[in-house]
Amino acid sequence: MNAKVTPIRTAAETALIERFPALKAGLPGPAGPREQAFATFMASGLPNRRVEAWKYTDLRAAMREAAPLAPKPDAAQTIVALKGNSPLAGQGVVTLSFVNGYHVGTEGTVPSGVTIVPLAEALGSGHPLLARMGTLALAQGDTALALNTAFMTDGAVIHVAAGAEVDGPIALRFVTAGPSAIATAARVLMVVESGAKVLLVESHEGQGKLAHQTNTAVEIIAGDGAEVQHVRLGLNSEGAVALSTLTADLGAATSLTSVNVALTGAMVRHQVYVRFSGGDARAQINGATLLQGQQHADSTLVVEHAAEPGGESRELFRTIIDDEASGVFQGKIIVQPHAQKTDGRMASNAVLLSEGAAMYNKPELEIFADDVACAHGATCGALDDELLFYLMSRGISKAEAEALMIESFVGAAIDDIAHEAIRDVLHGLVQDWLKARAARINAGAGV
Amino acid sequence: MLEINNLHVKIADEDKVIIRGLTLKVAKGEVAAIMGPNGSGKSTLSYVIAGKPDYEVTDGEVLLDGVNILEMAPDERAAVGLFLAFQYPMEIPGVATMTFLKAAMNAQRKQRGQAELTTPEFIKRVNAAAELLGIPKDMLRRPLNVGFSGGEKKRMEILQMTLLEPKMSVMDETDSGLDIDALKIVAEGVNARRDPEHAFLVITHYQRLLDYIKPDTVHVMSRGLIVKTGGPELALELEANGYRDYQSAA
Repeated sequence: MNAKVTPIRTAAETALIERFPALKAGLPGPAGPREQAFATFMASGLPNRRVEAWKYTDLRAAMREAAPLAPKPDAAQTIVALKGNSPLAGQGVVTLSFVNGYHVGTEGTVPSGVTIVPLAEALGSGHPLLARMGTLALAQGDTALALNTAFMTDGAVIHVAAGAEVDGPIALRFVTAGPSAIATAARVLMVVESGAKVLLVESHEGQGKLAHQTNTAVEIIAGDGAEVQHVRLGLNSEGAVALSTLTADLGAATSLTSVNVALTGAMVRHQVYVRFSGGDARAQINGATLLQGQQHADSTLVVEHAAEPGGESRELFRTIIDDEASGVFQGKIIVQPHAQKTDGRMASNAVLLSEGAAMYNKPELEIFADDVACAHGATCGALDDELLFYLMSRGISKAEAEALMIESFVGAAIDDIAHEAIRDVLHGLVQDWLKARAARINAGAGV
Repeated sequence: MLEINNLHVKIADEDKVIIRGLTLKVAKGEVAAIMGPNGSGKSTLSYVIAGKPDYEVTDGEVLLDGVNILEMAPDERAAVGLFLAFQYPMEIPGVATMTFLKAAMNAQRKQRGQAELTTPEFIKRVNAAAELLGIPKDMLRRPLNVGFSGGEKKRMEILQMTLLEPKMSVMDETDSGLDIDALKIVAEGVNARRDPEHAFLVITHYQRLLDYIKPDTVHVMSRGLIVKTGGPELALELEANGYRDYQSAA
């Protein structure tokens, strides 16, 4: 019997399916990888809460309609979009700006040992490094990443030569702007050769309240002994449905530090896939998320230790949730049978500031080796009353004491960033968030 | 200075009564000691004076210079000159000790309508107080109390007391966990602030601390009440005979 199952498509799914053939013809590069990725999406549809990995973040429900893929902005739109001040302005030795997923300009000097090619150009010319794009098996089958691959408009291919010690951050600024909600799909591939050192900083900035649908992906491939630092700042538009994926493939004795700071957006999901392909690598993966109103933020993480010695992974996710907002942490550490001596420790800690706040913590360990040290911890609770009393007994007001405690709590996830100026910018953004909260409380108390 | 009248206290969400009609006066310039066995309500008394929310005052009043402070939030009590040195000072990862000290000093100044301290003036005051208490500079750069030994934490409490200049200081078993050298330093910090304008309520389980901080008055607390009041000789008597007489008398 051959029963043909025809899945019922939502309006958004139908729109994506109808638009894809025309879009792929206009998008740069060969159609093959896009078609293959789109087939992955076709098989699963938009992920919903029946899919385990998306149980707490129902993308299908959040994406009632598929916003149209943004066209390349003209000069006037670009000027308007870039007018606002980026919190990370001036931090990069070189800064690539993107508007609605298209490269619109590069400022500064590309450091020696580094080559950067806009992705649209790389796709058009068949850049050799593209052979390494999308090669991390761990992330294959991921619907968000598949949609990014199918629709990617532009982005960057970054190459860091062996042994290059890049002085100063490479910055990518992604701005989403426009009079109506749009979809964007930017993609970055960074290949860091053996022994090189680099810091990549991305900021995602959206203006206004529109429900933009952004989907970005950054792939990092680190050669033996490379040292990679990565910072991501999510300042999406208030109504945004923002998906982001980081993949990292780590060679032997590499080190990776990645910190994601998520502040705005209606529904944001940051996914991290890290594979320890070479022995004795080290990764520190952190997230600092501050949520208010009706916001929903999801941090989903899969770390695979696949070499011997298995290396060391540390994951620290700190979430502050106010009002009716909700947070999700899903973290999985996989230790393959031969990845002996793996040392993995994962922690997700959330502080709920209100009765209506919710946090879903799902830590998982899948260990197939017998000589490993792995641990996970997930906590969720209110601010510590004892500590609050201690601070207040010194004359510090309740609001200020809470602010100190919150800053200290999320600061722990930010402090692994070695670059002092960028760390300070992120601490400053946390302080701004706390000031806005204090203002909301004062305004509420005045009513 | 401090006047406690007929104070009744129970744990906020339970029926457990801890203090049952306690009355106590500490005059300006006085150093009063409260001694008592474990579970007599000494720490609860200190928390209630400072305004910890876990307790409910069912009757009585606590006056500081004639003003009932029971309706005040803990930060307001601090601003009117009350200080509690904690038995177990809290650790705050990620907040540098200097940042905390500055926040506390300026918050109190703000509540009193004084201008914020300039950074050089603040640093001058901290350095002077730290030197007096033998606190090394690197301790001030670390997050507050994180990784500090028991003795270091207590010294940090005394440093805060010195910088915040309260008129009424309550010290909750500041001697617990201290070796003799640390005990002397802590006592010196208290003695340096002893003058006709300041008062201290020193809560302790053992007589040892009172060798270094000579009290004017000694109160014995048992089962939520002051059961005996006397001079320094009372502390010596307790050291010799223990608390047994008072426990059965209460």
